[in-house]
Amino acid sequence: MNLASGLYQDRASPLHRLPAGLKVLALVALGTAVFVIPDWQILLAILAAVMVLYGVARFSPQILWAQIRPLLWLLVVFFAVQLWLNDWQAGLVVVTRLAIVVLFAALVTLTTRVSVMLEALERAMQPLRFMGVNPEKIGLAFSLVLRFIPVIATVSHDVREAQNARGLNRNMLALTVPLIIRTLKMADDVADAIEARSYDSE
Amino acid sequence: MNTRDIVYIALFASLMAILGLFPPFTMPFTGAPITVQSAGAMLAGALLGARCGALSVVLFLVLVALGLPLLAGGQGGFGVFLGPTGGFLLGWAVSAFVIGYLIDKFQDYLNGLSVVAIIAFGGIVVLYGLGNAWVAVAVDISYWQATVASVPFMIGDALKVFAVTGLTLAVRRTYPEGLRA
Amino acid sequence: MIELQNVALRYGKQSVLEDISLSLGERRIGIVGANGSGKSTLARLLNGLLLPSEGTVRVDGMDTAKDGRKVRAKVGFVFQNPDNQIVFPVVEEDLAFGLKPLKLPKDDVSRRIDAMLARYDLGAYRTHPSHQLSGGQKQLLAICGVLIMEPACIVFDEPTTLLDLRNRNRVAQAIAELDQQVITVSHDLDLLADYDRILVIDQGRVVCDDVPQKALPFYVDLMS
Repeated sequence: MNLASGLYQDRASPLHRLPAGLKVLALVALGTAVFVIPDWQILLAILAAVMVLYGVARFSPQILWAQIRPLLWLLVVFFAVQLWLNDWQAGLVVVTRLAIVVLFAALVTLTTRVSVMLEALERAMQPLRFMGVNPEKIGLAFSLVLRFIPVIATVSHDVREAQNARGLNRNMLALTVPLIIRTLKMADDVADAIEARSYDSE
Repeated sequence: MNTRDIVYIALFASLMAILGLFPPFTMPFTGAPITVQSAGAMLAGALLGARCGALSVVLFLVLVALGLPLLAGGQGGFGVFLGPTGGFLLGWAVSAFVIGYLIDKFQDYLNGLSVVAIIAFGGIVVLYGLGNAWVAVAVDISYWQATVASVPFMIGDALKVFAVTGLTLAVRRTYPEGLRA
Repeated sequence: MIELQNVALRYGKQSVLEDISLSLGERRIGIVGANGSGKSTLARLLNGLLLPSEGTVRVDGMDTAKDGRKVRAKVGFVFQNPDNQIVFPVVEEDLAFGLKPLKLPKDDVSRRIDAMLARYDLGAYRTHPSHQLSGGQKQLLAICGVLIMEPACIVFDEPTTLLDLRNRNRVAQAIAELDQQVITVSHDLDLLADYDRILVIDQGRVVCDDVPQKALPFYVDLMS
């Protein structure tokens, strides 16, 4: 299973080397900008620019296509709805906006490692300390999720096997109740283990 | 917030990720894809309470935003939040909070009926209220049109409400000491 | 030196441990008892994971109820299931976690991690995902995670129960080689055969406290 390694794709490109915080800020700025620009021609130009950035990041057209494909039928539906309610220009505005935002966001994700993103997040949260936010605790929570996912996947496999043996494999409750009880018990032990390693929660 | 709270929050965020591994199934006639992942948000609220439940959903969503492919079908990254269904993702956190709050408030009156009502309110009324507003703004249609379009999905969520109610009652019965909600 | 004075632990009306007074100074101490006898509870009292309802537990004079953090830095705890103890997704991150409160410089942390992994032949796994280790390697990593904090005493709660024979032997050897004081809760009587002292727990009380040559036969007798 590859859940914890993320969608990052390693390439030697200037976009990969940019600081994560800057890329996220650019995304927020662009995301706001496209919603205040009502002109389909400008939006199409921005979309073309974002596609060029995929080339700058040394991604193949296949990678670009893979980002837009899951949204394709939605885009078609939205275009059709606008065509029916308004006109084709309005449809183009809605569809281009979504494509720009989704493609640029995917570009940030594809060019930034999860660990780098996490570090940037922990740094960004430092100023929130005075509000009682503890960045270390949040960091601990993140690490725990990445640690738990493979463990729960294993537990879930075990439970399914045990219920298969009892012929209960089609019973939703028989599959999920033991899974949740076992993981809750595990959580209690993990909390003990963290405290046993003299972690200070206060 | 003690260590146990942090671990529970992380645990339910992980459970939501695991639920994303179940392949989405397609509703007959309408073709709307239904995933079990939103059931994870309902469950987090029902079992962890308002604050921890909502935080576990937020933790899950931040990991998705950071680029982990944890949404059903292997989706992730910032894009999913800015897309038309982004409101539903943020709505999961709100519905976990509402469910947790109501379960806590009515904890002396919990039975099959009241839990179904609470989870349906948080998991459908609140969730779709937010999600449909987002869809309406994102693709420039009216709120009413967005609501009509979402009806096929609501059928799937109604099934999830009953499943989560069963789970909530069963888990609270088997493991009462572990939960403070 | 860990001292328990008139310790009792109860959950509501249910009594788990009653009237326990012990002075634990030997280098190797074993704790045996049936499931539910209270032996794991006793182990958890030793580093303040649980606090007694009555009486006091002191580690080198520090009360576990008042100096929890200092006590836990002194008494390490290895759990039965390493999956519940390893809290970080990558091997080196998990070891670094234990060192965090010490606020050491980065190089120092790195050096300690290298030394610790080399000691248990885990050097090649430094940047590996921790869930990909074998059961025996996970238990060794769990031990590393505790050892790296350099505790004066380590409590093991059934450290070999989940392991196959080969891994059991490897972990048993690792425990035997420790310089620290070791207190082991186990059903694995071979593991405890050459210990200095064995406590037999039954229904929340210490029913035998002796050298293994006498205490282990007593326990086998009690169980049959």
